[in-house]
Amino acid sequence: MKRIPLEYAILAVAVAATVAVAMPAHAQTTAKAVEPTAEKLARGKYLVTTSGCHDCHTPWIVGPKGPEPDMSRMLSGHPESATLPPAPAPQGPWIVSASATNTAWSGPWGVSFTANLTPDAETGLGKWTQRNFTETIRTGRHMGRGRQILPPMPIPMYKNFTDADLEAIFSFLQSIPAVKNRVPEPLPPSMPVAAK
Amino acid sequence: MKTLVLFCSALIAAVAAAAGAQAAPAAPPLPRLLRDTGLFAPGTATNLAAGVVSFAPQYPLWSDGTRKRRWIALPAGTSIDAARVDAWEFPVGTRLWKEFGYGRRIETRMIERLPDGSWRFAAYVWNAEGTVATLAPEDGTIVEVADAPGGRYAVPSRNDCAACHEGAAVPVLGFSALQLSPDRDPLAPHADPARPQMADLRTLAARGWLRNLPPALLASPPRIQAASPTARAALGYLHGNCGHCHNAAGALSGVELVLAQQADANARSAEQTIASLLGHSSRFRPNGASSAQRVATGHDGDSVLTLRMKSTNPLARMPPLGVQVIDQEGVALIERWISTDLQTQAH
Repeated sequence: MKRIPLEYAILAVAVAATVAVAMPAHAQTTAKAVEPTAEKLARGKYLVTTSGCHDCHTPWIVGPKGPEPDMSRMLSGHPESATLPPAPAPQGPWIVSASATNTAWSGPWGVSFTANLTPDAETGLGKWTQRNFTETIRTGRHMGRGRQILPPMPIPMYKNFTDADLEAIFSFLQSIPAVKNRVPEPLPPSMPVAAK
Repeated sequence: MKTLVLFCSALIAAVAAAAGAQAAPAAPPLPRLLRDTGLFAPGTATNLAAGVVSFAPQYPLWSDGTRKRRWIALPAGTSIDAARVDAWEFPVGTRLWKEFGYGRRIETRMIERLPDGSWRFAAYVWNAEGTVATLAPEDGTIVEVADAPGGRYAVPSRNDCAACHEGAAVPVLGFSALQLSPDRDPLAPHADPARPQMADLRTLAARGWLRNLPPALLASPPRIQAASPTARAALGYLHGNCGHCHNAAGALSGVELVLAQQADANARSAEQTIASLLGHSSRFRPNGASSAQRVATGHDGDSVLTLRMKSTNPLARMPPLGVQVIDQEGVALIERWISTDLQTQAH
């Protein structure tokens, strides 16, 4: 193998370091995304599996051990094929109800359906950017500037994730199998109609 | 060899030092009272301070029918770099204010460019007498206002300010070459009439506030190049009410819905908007619908564009922020445009 003279190696390191120091932080963060490292993906998977994401974003089925997330539809949100009757009206001390899949929730806010977090381009997060994801979690608004994200999504807790955590989570979500599943839009409290 | 190592070390140290030297000083806290932001002359809550300039965009944002007034001030001796026609570069220290009212003044919002180049947002709420405006909480607040929808007026949180203002190339939304063109659109809904004391592109240039502005824009002021007067007004309405989020370069560019117009793109800008509307299925679908079109022409159903403008469902309506009352005039304009111009182009 041909050896690179030490002088050139030092000069190359110096130039690279100089560019890194001189480049504005904004330019560095908006540079073309690089493939996430295995360590980052592992961190994202760890956070997703310890932060309860599967509890609501992966539909539940009744298995031999009772209700459990159906990992064949991992993180694909409320199934578009599900036909639900109108949700019971919230009254008395029992004001929240959930579907058997744990993906549709009714309460004083209306009816919310958990989002498809897989990288499907048309029905999931396939066209989202890191910025879209981070701003959604930070602001509690869809893509950071749309409608409010509804309960039971624990935005007040998740908005405290660090940027590095949110980058790891988004990187992991972009790496899982895409599932085409168009989740219905949420229903406001004044529209107690069936979801489909 | 030793010389090279020393040279490299010096190079890195010099650049690192320069980067450190560029670190901007921290901004002081927001003033607690509006009167301390520089909008008014000392001792008054009505007379503008010297150097504060009023303006009115030709395509204003609909805000539930509130009466609005707007001002800008630049630090003395500074100017705006207008080389990028649709993304003006404002100097550090720029401040803009917008006042909202129903009969009386209710709130005045301010955005300010900080030494580090970022922008900060604030809202000041007027007392009932209209004599003092006080900084609103960071999370926003509700003000009881008899003429507001439901008697409640929502002052936005700073996050909500950023949601709209940071979705475009520049956080200053109503102060641009197109919005301040002297060639104002006579069909633009809710536009304030041009008044002599209000700034426009030519008066700003004459004042020395615009540097590097392409001279052609003064000789031939920006104008949306559309197929008809209705199309021009409709495209302008979408620009003023939707384009700050739905544009080709901002945070939502992945949505591929371009409702912002570019003063330096002429007819291409209008064509880009129409191309992003016609023949596209909508990701948003009204509940129970198996399909939906961004703009439906002929007999292929309703247009999601106007369905969401007309929706009273806060989870579906557009814009999602700052609107509770449907803009009937705006809806009528967009529906007229769809049923005439776009109908023709689609078939």
